[in-house]
Amino acid sequence: MSDPAKKPIKLSKKDLESDQDVRWCPGCGDYAILATVQRTLANLGVKRENTVFVSGIGCSSRFPYYMNTYGFHSIHGRAPAIATGVKAANPDLQVWVVTGDGDGLSIGGNHLIHALRRNVNLKILLFNNQIYGLTKGQYSPTSSVGTRAASTPAGSIDHPVNPLSLAIGAGATFLARVADTDAKLMAKVLERAYAHQGSVFVELLQNCPVFNDAIWDAVKDDPEGRQIKLEEGKPLRFGPGGSKGIRVTADLSPEIVDVGDGAGQVPERELVVHKEHGSKAYAQLIAGMLQPAFPMPMGVLHVEDKPTYEAMAHQQVADAVARQGKGDLEKLLYSGMTWEVGADGVKA
Amino acid sequence: MASREAQLERVVIRFAGDSGDGMQLTGTEFTKAAAEAGNDISTFPDFPAEIRAPAGSLAGVSGFQLHFSSSEIYTPGDAPDVLVVMNPAALKANLRDLVEHGTLIVNSGTFIEANLNKADYKTNPLEDGSLQNYKVHTVDISQLTLAALDGTALSTKEKGRAKNFFALGLVFWMYGREPETEIRRIMQQFAKKPEFGEANVKVFKAGYHYGETAEVFQTVYKVPPAKFVPGIYRNITGGEALSLGLLTGSQLAGKPLFYSGYPITPASTILHTLAKYKNFGCMTFQAEDEIAAIGAAIGAAYGGSLAVTASSGPGIALKGEAIGLAVMTELPLVIINVQRGGPSTGLPTKTEQSDLFQALYGRNGEAPVPVLAIKTPGDSFYCAIEAMRVAIKYMVPVILLSDGYIANGSEPWPLPNLGAIPPIGVTHRTDPVDYHVYQRNPESLAREWVIPGTPGLEHRIGGIEKDFLTGNISYDPANHERQTKIRAEKIERITQEMGELDLRGDEDGDVLIIGWGGTFGALRQATEALRNQGKRVSHAHLRWLSPLEPGLDRIIRNFKHVLVAELNMGQLRAVLRARTLVDCAGLNKIQGQPFKVRELVDAVEGLLAGRTPAAGDTVLVRDQATA
Repeated sequence: MSDPAKKPIKLSKKDLESDQDVRWCPGCGDYAILATVQRTLANLGVKRENTVFVSGIGCSSRFPYYMNTYGFHSIHGRAPAIATGVKAANPDLQVWVVTGDGDGLSIGGNHLIHALRRNVNLKILLFNNQIYGLTKGQYSPTSSVGTRAASTPAGSIDHPVNPLSLAIGAGATFLARVADTDAKLMAKVLERAYAHQGSVFVELLQNCPVFNDAIWDAVKDDPEGRQIKLEEGKPLRFGPGGSKGIRVTADLSPEIVDVGDGAGQVPERELVVHKEHGSKAYAQLIAGMLQPAFPMPMGVLHVEDKPTYEAMAHQQVADAVARQGKGDLEKLLYSGMTWEVGADGVKA
Repeated sequence: MASREAQLERVVIRFAGDSGDGMQLTGTEFTKAAAEAGNDISTFPDFPAEIRAPAGSLAGVSGFQLHFSSSEIYTPGDAPDVLVVMNPAALKANLRDLVEHGTLIVNSGTFIEANLNKADYKTNPLEDGSLQNYKVHTVDISQLTLAALDGTALSTKEKGRAKNFFALGLVFWMYGREPETEIRRIMQQFAKKPEFGEANVKVFKAGYHYGETAEVFQTVYKVPPAKFVPGIYRNITGGEALSLGLLTGSQLAGKPLFYSGYPITPASTILHTLAKYKNFGCMTFQAEDEIAAIGAAIGAAYGGSLAVTASSGPGIALKGEAIGLAVMTELPLVIINVQRGGPSTGLPTKTEQSDLFQALYGRNGEAPVPVLAIKTPGDSFYCAIEAMRVAIKYMVPVILLSDGYIANGSEPWPLPNLGAIPPIGVTHRTDPVDYHVYQRNPESLAREWVIPGTPGLEHRIGGIEKDFLTGNISYDPANHERQTKIRAEKIERITQEMGELDLRGDEDGDVLIIGWGGTFGALRQATEALRNQGKRVSHAHLRWLSPLEPGLDRIIRNFKHVLVAELNMGQLRAVLRARTLVDCAGLNKIQGQPFKVRELVDAVEGLLAGRTPAAGDTVLVRDQATA
């Protein structure tokens, strides 16, 4: 183990890079995410030996191979379950899960729900490109209706799931969204995620240049018009000079309004004000704001403070020891009804 | 009144009633009395999958069979000498098993038209002469129970629930058991509701005194104590012994136990038991599904815990892909399968050995795993430790096979001398110099167990094929073949952990009976019986199914006939024929019930007489009722 007396060595991005060649397609959004994760963890001065990246299957799930930390590239959809075991076994480890919309929301949907529900202190990064990449371009659970893909030449007919709405419903205690190329915001979100004690769910809008190119470009290319940068205590405003804002209607739906004191305009005080520790209803309201009808909220949507699963699990063990004493195997074996058979071979 | 006393060597008694009649409790309590009296015992609880099937129906019949003896016994007995039935359905479902001229104790109070109809009786069997081949004792237990509780504050329904204690009191008297201990035990069990405790004691005493007073039960049958190897004993079920073995293995390894499971019959009792022992540093995790249960176990093993997951056949099927991941990443893990009847949901509460192929082959790719099978309830303790020892030493997932018969059955168990069990050595590498993820121990071929948190040893593992040394992703054709062969060779090396083959009888002869798992007792007892007749019969019990025990290869050709007896369609037989090219015959039973000693003896006598089963045939043991 490292000597705590030693001063932490300043890390550079390079220290977080493994010796493996990165094998994603040219132009893949994963490159930008990898670089920002490496840079942010270096800046945070993490202990590489205490950092574990767990993934499932898919393009994004190759992520652990490129991190010079501990890493586990597992099987399709199961990363949250495996990561739960790692964290429960050793709560001192910082455990990150890298998953995608197919891995995390389709084959692994169940594990994602339950890892979030238990509030295991896992940092789950879901790369959402609305397509299966590694299996060569089938539509995914986040694809829009009508997506023409290898398996849906006539267009997909099932309705997409909204990852953040699902995660709120499941009980995640830290929810955020950021685009793959927005390094500045991603660094901020990752720093917050790193510090959060509980289940983190970050939706990363990620581009697949081969099978679903430019799917997020409308949002990414027009940050002013198509995004709302969430800021604590600030009203939800967007558009040129913040000219537009979000108000809540009587039936609890978000509504885009022109902000101002003029005719047909709505004064700022009537806008929704962002509160990370706000109600779940509010979190669902802004999570439900999707393109093209709404600008997409970016940044930290919702935070809750709750005890973590691993802390409570270890507390139960500690409580049991305090209450019953440290387990005595001999005593346990000899508990209940025992009897002795003497040298004559008959019960005494 | 004065009563006669007679001595018996052994008795098989079965209690049968409605699921809600408390037959499991009656059986368990009577078992304790037999253990206290120093008898050898073996039990077989047999209950339906439904928690409470409609009252009085055939589907809802629950039974508990106890074999107690003054000599060593291996099984709960082929057929009950005494059958206690609480209603017509219980009579209908169990009568065919009672020995000829056996004793039948009937709660006549339930033989009313409605109950007779539910059990499909056209006429009342207590009156139509159909029971004339048995010694029938009709006792209106329902009415006598109510009468015993006359004047108490309990409702009629609550009073009725105590009737199993009347039956218990009656058999206590019949077999000369000491009632005082039982009375104390009842009061302890109902310490939180003393009014029920007192009521149960009253009814228990009423049953006991009824036996003493009623003319029909004049004889008290005594079964003297059996001879045991000296030591301290307790009665133990397979489920308890397995849980204690896991806790012991964890302490021997000095590693915290991480146990994960998803509720499934008959494996859930392990989760329930271990959840009570958190003060042993044991963490239990009830996962969202079977895949998550093994996923979390793999994660915990990677994180440095001693990880165990358990299920039954359907759940093991779901775990298959993840077992392959543990094979590929070479992490230590114990996977327990408490087998039940299959396929699909099959017979959840009945026993079968039909998951052997699943254990050996139920994964994609070349994914060999060691497979160890438990033979008796008490053996569960030692197998749990052995599975953990091998998992850690060889860095492999180990499959440990139990079954419903072992898990729910019980026997007197000589308590182990903990100091005599060797510790399980665990080494976590910390030296970063010249570390390669897949470099191997030359003896075990295990890679090193490096746990996250160790500075300088950061590395990546995963399900993609790995370079034989560095552990980096490798698609190199020669490397894949090399790694595949190493993974297979690693399993074969486990033969160096094995002791002598468990053989009863000579190394040559006319018939070699081969078995594995929970049929051990019946096979061993049948072998003893045949050898006592002077027949040249031996019995080889296989503890390890993968790799196969080398001792078997040496002797299997020394017999005129080889008979592989299993509660499946011949899975081990297929394995042995492929491996040895010996034309083994099969004795196979697929009824959700254990072998009877008689069935085994008959089959061997048939073989010796040149009758079926002919070598190579699969003989299906037929149900006597339909034969």
